[in-house]
Amino acid sequence: MTKPRVRSLAIWLLAVVMASPVLVVAASWLAGVSGNWQHLLDTVLPVYLANSVVLALGTGTGTLLVGTASAWAVARFSFPGHGTLSWALLLPMACPAYLLAYTWTGLLAPEGLLQQALALPLPDIRSLPGAIAMLTLVLYPYIYLMARSAFIQQSAVALDVARSLGAGPWRRFFRVALPLARPAIIAGLALVLMETLADYGTVQYFGVPTLSTGIYRTWFGLGDINAAAQMASALLLAMVLLLWVERFARQRRAITDSFAQRASRSVISGWRGWAVTAALCLPVLFGFLLPALQLLAWSAPQLDSALDSRFLGLLGNSLLIATLTTACAVGIGLLLIYARRLVPDTLRRHATRLASFGYAVPGTVLAVGVVLALGSTDQVINDVAQRLGLPAPGLVFSGTLFAVVFACTVRFLTIPVQGLEAGMARLSINLDHAGRSLGHPPLALFRRVHLPLLKVPLATSALLVFVDTLKELPATLVLRPFDTNTLAVRAFELASDERLADAALPALAILLAGLFPVILLTRATLQASEVSSAATDASVPSHA
Amino acid sequence: MRFPGIVLLAITVLVTGCSQPPEQVNVYSARKEALIKPLLDQFSADTGITVNLVTAKADALLERLKAEGEHSPADLLITVDAGRLHRAKQAGVLQPLADSTLEQRIPATLRDPESFWYGLSVRARVIVYAPERVDAGQLESYESLADEQWRGRICIRSSDNIYNQSLVASLIAHNGEQATEDWARAMVANMARDPVGGDRDQIKAVAAGECDLAVVNTYYLAMMASDDDPATRAVAESVAVFWPNQDERGVHINVSGAGVTAHAANRDNARQLLTFLTSDTAQQWYAERNHEYPAVEGIRVSEQLQGWGTFSQDDLNLSQLGELNADAVKVMDRAGWQ
Repeated sequence: MTKPRVRSLAIWLLAVVMASPVLVVAASWLAGVSGNWQHLLDTVLPVYLANSVVLALGTGTGTLLVGTASAWAVARFSFPGHGTLSWALLLPMACPAYLLAYTWTGLLAPEGLLQQALALPLPDIRSLPGAIAMLTLVLYPYIYLMARSAFIQQSAVALDVARSLGAGPWRRFFRVALPLARPAIIAGLALVLMETLADYGTVQYFGVPTLSTGIYRTWFGLGDINAAAQMASALLLAMVLLLWVERFARQRRAITDSFAQRASRSVISGWRGWAVTAALCLPVLFGFLLPALQLLAWSAPQLDSALDSRFLGLLGNSLLIATLTTACAVGIGLLLIYARRLVPDTLRRHATRLASFGYAVPGTVLAVGVVLALGSTDQVINDVAQRLGLPAPGLVFSGTLFAVVFACTVRFLTIPVQGLEAGMARLSINLDHAGRSLGHPPLALFRRVHLPLLKVPLATSALLVFVDTLKELPATLVLRPFDTNTLAVRAFELASDERLADAALPALAILLAGLFPVILLTRATLQASEVSSAATDASVPSHA
Repeated sequence: MRFPGIVLLAITVLVTGCSQPPEQVNVYSARKEALIKPLLDQFSADTGITVNLVTAKADALLERLKAEGEHSPADLLITVDAGRLHRAKQAGVLQPLADSTLEQRIPATLRDPESFWYGLSVRARVIVYAPERVDAGQLESYESLADEQWRGRICIRSSDNIYNQSLVASLIAHNGEQATEDWARAMVANMARDPVGGDRDQIKAVAAGECDLAVVNTYYLAMMASDDDPATRAVAESVAVFWPNQDERGVHINVSGAGVTAHAANRDNARQLLTFLTSDTAQQWYAERNHEYPAVEGIRVSEQLQGWGTFSQDDLNLSQLGELNADAVKVMDRAGWQ
């Protein structure tokens, strides 16, 4: 076998390992179809489907509007508070969706802060539109983040040409900027839709039966884990098809950017500027500030007694798992995407796809996939040990921190894969050809050309994985070693026991722990985008 | 093949060398940490046995137990409903533990007939009502909630909830599947709103006048009544408790309970822990702290619970709840109970 072929196989092996929990879930079809399917089809499945479709459409539209509009405003214009808003818009991401749901229910309750302050009849949040609102608030930052870096990196040339041809600002946005940013926005939207369809906490609390609540109901209620896994894999298949259709549409008109001068921001002054500021404050207010205030109000009485060394332990565990997962997911994502860039054969293309299915599977179902995959690996290890006449080593992977980090990596790998893929797509292949013809081997090319140009999507993906892992619940919950708690586990256990006041402090800590990386990485990305633009301007001719 | 052998040996030495401190017991618990840890700490202090704990959803823990097989570190499985214990027994991850002390302390209806699990605390599902809009004389049983007089007046949570599933399973056991389906349809018609929120939300809805009746577990109301927040206490004080089916089979109950796992390496310690959990101290703690009813008879309950008086409870064997759980879910699906 040739060397690239061997490497392709190695990449495939990695992809199969990362996909193993999902493959275990999909393998449920091998067990045949139980009689429960007929019952589901006759009774509840149509309702689940309808609600899930409406939820996905609503949340998709909402996040697209809020995320793209705010990204465009921040990337292209200056207005009062621009610096703060550019990172503050990311804050709602730090809040787990189910917690936002609990908090808003509290805020809007008759005895809640808002109802007391406004004395108006407020809408019942616990409904399908309410669930769409909650998920939109938590998830729009995915699109904002991806779209903003795409808009920032767009060259001024294309927009100037459009202007000189007489296109007004709206037309320039819709005909030039938006199509150029499309891969990034779609990558964000894909994450949003997968998260929406896999969401359980919010819809369950709001009493909206969807496919994901149906999956758990089939498992917990009917006791039919096979039918539940089959439903989960059908959901996954729908997601895969959707992404495939989008990719097919995009391939037919691939757009790579040139690296000319970045467009500068135009200043919006006077009341118009303040109007933009006010509009951009709304998602931050509803998605972060108000809920954080409510949590603070709940946790204030307990603050002294709860802030002990055990609390620091929770924080430490959360940060450790999030850091390890971020390193693994971003590292593996980069490896997969770059391997494909080098040799874009079918094998490697499929490997990337295969490795990034985890996000679309409801969390606890994926966790069970991990339990089964690691459990059977452990059985094999013990069998081999027995054959060799060695004492059985017991469980090597199951119930370790490795299991937790592995599960989170599987779950969130799609984030760096999508982000880096979109980032890489923007880089013309001519860059690689130019580098190669100058005699640089792939690794040097990667270090000197791709890596600096990918700093923004890298930082973006790392941030998303980090914050998502901080919030991660179902996999951590079931896979963790003895006596290992995280902030998310503590917050969930108390909140699901309807003890919101006690849950408030760990919840607030998740928000704060998510706040710092958001601020740090926003600074880093802004710097990196400036540095990388300077670097590319110097090293690559403006018409690559 | 030499190399992996050496590695495995090294791992074996490491694993067996590090993870065998003198006395310990490993617990998989569906009961949340805050509601079990203080008791486990007490047990460790009394006996010197270290307790290691993982909490998660019962069905997920069950899958973990199955996947880990004979090497599972778990010694004891704790759940908060009998149905899950029954499911664990069926899956073969528990072992029988015939123990005369345990059998003496825990009434036969609250434990597995073959000693695979023991109930530890009792949860009663009652009717709460707004006394100014409902006269207690109008109330009678779960069955009578289907009456036309309650059209649009009842709050109850989603059929996803295990305690509703258990309640309906008990109705199937007593009245048969068809009668229960008719009952469920009437319940749906009598709901004041689509099911949202948890049991506390149903109580709040009665207090706020959104509905006149709700079906809830007692400990939620007791916890609200002893809350630090005066507004929450006021909500709890504005509703009253009705014990249904007292003239016949008694109120529907479920238990939290525990069973020793099939491959428990620390079986004796697990037995000790189980025995401790049925001791007067532990039983009293459940009653005082969580406002659940003790499984052991003759234990004093919290003041709040004393205020609601005594009641007769349905002595249907709780394994039945597990066996009929899937049927209960299907009945509610067909009835359109969200």
